[in-house]
Amino acid sequence: MSVHIRSFPRILKHGIAGLALSASLACFALPASAQTLTAVMQSPLRALDPIVSSAAISNTHGYMIYDTLLGMDAEFNVQPQMADRWEVSADGKTYTFFLRDGLKWHDGAPVTAEDCVASIKRWGAVDVMGQSLMGLVTDMTVIDERSFSVTLDVPTNLILEGLAKIGTRTAFMMPKRIAETPASEQITEHVGSGPFRFVSGEFQPGIKVVYEKFDDYVPRSEPASWTAGGKVVKVDRVEWIAMPDALTTVNALLNNEVDFVENLPYDLMPMVESNGDFAVEFLSPLGLWTYYRFNFLHAPFDNQLVRRAAMYAVGQNDILMALTGDPKFFSNCAAIFGCGTPYASDYGADIVIEPNIEKAKELLAEAGYKNEPVVILHPTDNAQVSTQPVVIAAALRAAGFNVDLQSMDWQTLTTRRASKNPPSEGGWSIHTTTGPLIGITNPLINQTVATSGEKAWFGWPDFPEIEALRGEFARTSDPKRLTELSAEIQKKVIDEGVVVPLGQFVIPSGFSTKLSGVLKSPVAIFWNIEKAD
Amino acid sequence: MSMADADIEAADGLLAAESSPLRTAIRQGLSSGPVMLSVGVLAVITLAALLAPLLWTSDPIAIDPATRLRPISPEHWLGTDAFGRDVYSRVMYGARISLLVGLGVTVTAVVFGMIIGIVAGYFRSVDSVIMRFMDGIMAIPGILLAIALVTLSGASLLTVVVAISVPEIPRVVRLVRSVILGVRSEPYVEAAIALGTPAPALLMRHMVPNTVPPLIVQGTFIFASAMLAEAAMSFLGVGLPPEIPSWGNVMAEGRAYFQLLPGLILYPGVLLALTVLAINILGDALRDALDPRMAKRL
Amino acid sequence: MNAAMPRYIAARLLATIPVMGIVAVVVFSLLRITPGDPAAIIAGDSATSEQLEQIRQSLGLDQPLYIQFPVWLGQVLSGDLGTSLISGVSVSSMISTRFGPTLALSTSIILFSIVVAIPLGVIAAWKQGTLLDRSVSAFSVLGFSMPVFVTAYILVLIFSIMLGWLPVQGYRAPADGLWAFLSRLILPTLALSTAYIALIARITRTSVLEVMGEDYIRTARAKGLRERAVLTRHGLRNAAVPIITVIGLGITNLISGVVVTESVFNLPGLGRLVVEAVLARDYPVIQGLILLFSFIYILINLVVDVLYTLFDPRIRY
Repeated sequence: MSVHIRSFPRILKHGIAGLALSASLACFALPASAQTLTAVMQSPLRALDPIVSSAAISNTHGYMIYDTLLGMDAEFNVQPQMADRWEVSADGKTYTFFLRDGLKWHDGAPVTAEDCVASIKRWGAVDVMGQSLMGLVTDMTVIDERSFSVTLDVPTNLILEGLAKIGTRTAFMMPKRIAETPASEQITEHVGSGPFRFVSGEFQPGIKVVYEKFDDYVPRSEPASWTAGGKVVKVDRVEWIAMPDALTTVNALLNNEVDFVENLPYDLMPMVESNGDFAVEFLSPLGLWTYYRFNFLHAPFDNQLVRRAAMYAVGQNDILMALTGDPKFFSNCAAIFGCGTPYASDYGADIVIEPNIEKAKELLAEAGYKNEPVVILHPTDNAQVSTQPVVIAAALRAAGFNVDLQSMDWQTLTTRRASKNPPSEGGWSIHTTTGPLIGITNPLINQTVATSGEKAWFGWPDFPEIEALRGEFARTSDPKRLTELSAEIQKKVIDEGVVVPLGQFVIPSGFSTKLSGVLKSPVAIFWNIEKAD
Repeated sequence: MSMADADIEAADGLLAAESSPLRTAIRQGLSSGPVMLSVGVLAVITLAALLAPLLWTSDPIAIDPATRLRPISPEHWLGTDAFGRDVYSRVMYGARISLLVGLGVTVTAVVFGMIIGIVAGYFRSVDSVIMRFMDGIMAIPGILLAIALVTLSGASLLTVVVAISVPEIPRVVRLVRSVILGVRSEPYVEAAIALGTPAPALLMRHMVPNTVPPLIVQGTFIFASAMLAEAAMSFLGVGLPPEIPSWGNVMAEGRAYFQLLPGLILYPGVLLALTVLAINILGDALRDALDPRMAKRL
Repeated sequence: MNAAMPRYIAARLLATIPVMGIVAVVVFSLLRITPGDPAAIIAGDSATSEQLEQIRQSLGLDQPLYIQFPVWLGQVLSGDLGTSLISGVSVSSMISTRFGPTLALSTSIILFSIVVAIPLGVIAAWKQGTLLDRSVSAFSVLGFSMPVFVTAYILVLIFSIMLGWLPVQGYRAPADGLWAFLSRLILPTLALSTAYIALIARITRTSVLEVMGEDYIRTARAKGLRERAVLTRHGLRNAAVPIITVIGLGITNLISGVVVTESVFNLPGLGRLVVEAVLARDYPVIQGLILLFSFIYILINLVVDVLYTLFDPRIRY
């Protein structure tokens, strides 16, 4: 054990060396004219692998240092990004992708077709849409250094949608040696071909991430639109700083200590808006949705009538008011694929939007509810999900449910909700969360509508009819039929209470007016931004 | 009866057997202005806590998101919080919870600390094992231990009390042990041991009574710091369930609005400060009156 | 100092081994029976139970504790604290980058508290019972009775927002310039030291009062020494032992104390790292930190004991 004692002075020594090093970097490493953009992001970055981690911040990190074969523009159109173009065979089953000239990894090596195939495979192993896609892929072939083909067993453009997917677990391209890491293990080397380079020496998990402009990046010539178009970087360096305290974050912005705050607390917006040196904008036009999920394995929510009663009891306005504080930030929505998206449907609006306590009581009596406890999981350390459970609990109590609101940290919650035990033995009845709307726009990427029982997302609904409809969706290319299928899924999902939408909301970002060219996008992007001195 | 009254009575009872000049000193010390004021403050707050339902309060957990973050009004005497809950009701009921946390932690820490301390001080064979173990607990930052305990058994009043108590116990153990060690070496105790007085009688007659005065002082300190620790845990999101109104929770939930609605922090904050202040003044007075020497053993 | 001192120090250091052993075992088992595991934080919100299980396996967390513990112990004994399960960064580098801010903050708090509190305590003792004594007591107790984050917000509002004198948040290394370094420490120091000032001032007052009642003080007075000389030459010096004890306790408590301050002022220190690591169940990081903290704790206690002998020649080891 005496080794401990020896190793700690060493830590001390490292610490002092670290102090000196960070100081020298700050003083000498940058030319005098270097432009650094400092941003406070919605949550601290810890997990660096955007394929293993489905966290939004890991996805945003992915867009900084990696590039994608295809991008998606503001009209939901798939556009080439790393790909120069693609060709579809006459039978609609084989897609051939051709890479652009001059693409380079941050270590200087050229991007090859082999790298891309390995990256698609790793992504396809974990992503919910990737998995659907891989079920259809019969072959992936490297043709030469710069082109490869993907063959599917049915004609579908799902491959294009998949490779352009924004939100969680985007199909980011990585060098083959890195992409060969098993999809259950995090990568340890962070080399991409994106517009920024990850500065690993300055990475402090949960505190600070530093990106530098990648000088060899060749942006496309089209104007930037969402993740499509030219990613032209106009600053030398971007620093993400994590700030645990909301008030401190706003004060730091007002005091010009940071340039950009991705997620401005709603109630503090007036402090920023009233100051002419700062702008407040809703950069993600789609925003987020919030929803709750029943546990289908245990009473009382193994009963469809009881689920329906709860759905009537909870109203969206109270939830969204408590979350955002002002109707201008939210909209009611019953569509499980998001309002304002191609597959939106309003079936169920009469059930989930306005609260109807009387109807809830009626249904509850009809269902023969035996006062089984309803355990609602309540995370206390995550502002975006900490208000919904409190409001749901109040509504369910009013309807006559026996509610047990259990508070815990988010981390405990994420483990707790994976428990299939009965609510009284460490399980749960209801949990709620939020997600980017861009991540739910169709039945394949919205994993809350996957209903494969024990293999489905927490809650484990088991409805083979819905799974059959999703299967058909994957194999269909006729736009009219796709709309019909998604409307049918919406109806079944609401009728069974597979997932209950609580509405949509947008997030204000605040930034200094020294910044110009800040682009709207479903994921925060730092290209095209200029910073005045 | 308030906590303070209990303290005074305990102190009085304890000192009944002692020399009368000291008793007089206590009487004088405790009847000074600030001390009387402190006793008054504590009595009022305790009374308010006990009678919260009768003091024109409404349901402290009833939400109304449509009327959130409102300033003072005839319906909401101290305004509403981010869920539209009545801040006045939450603060009044909060007095209950916060005092309960303080009392719970003090009792837990003192009782366990006393037992362990006596065992360590009296039975020399187990002393070093116990003290190494106590060192071990003290070496772990209290906040880490507290968070681990709360996540282990779920956020509730009981867990929070235990989580705040555990790091306090070793300090009480040290204090009690040092008193016991001191008393053991007194000639009259050595004589009693030599005469074959049984251990329980020895402990009860000579040792335990000696630990009481320093423990009362230490207790007031623990009481005050427990209420602050509860607030800090709420701030970090690992305290009592946010629905439960405690002063710490009201402040923690109101912290983001400090520059907009400072009352959310200041009303419970002022009450907390007043309570802690009163308890500390009482503790100081007791310390001065009882025995200034005890400070050395802290 | 006496000849036995080095032997005493060596013995004390040797005695640290069982303490650190106990700490390691207690913390290891406490954390592992706590619900929650790092797989969930790595995988994020959309992961399924199946994916969590795969990640757990790849991290070796599906192994029983009696296998995991010796593996970790072996690693530590060979001088390797491991890497963070979540970020993959080595634990020793995480700890060392977070050490600077906490060291700077703790030092400035302790120094500031001592400089302010000891004179306050002595004055209060000197003028015992007067209005001055009472206001010093009231002031110091008031400092102890506000939650740190409330004090912090008030300070930021006044000095950063209204007056614009000091930055709101952040940390700079001393090498970035003395003012850049100090200006970011002033508010956190003020916010947190009120509690320590209260504590040290109280104990100083009490100890000095106690000493002033002793016979040798009476003798000193009888010899005609002036009151101020009595107070500083005899009173304070002999009251030093309990004061040092409290300062030592204060330092060992600082890690818990700085957590909230580091959060409000966004200082990337060890206090925040502890909370983050526990909430994320980043076991190697927590275990590494615990070893560090227990080592610091033991070291400070040792220093305190050695200081006793310097101030109070009656104490010998």
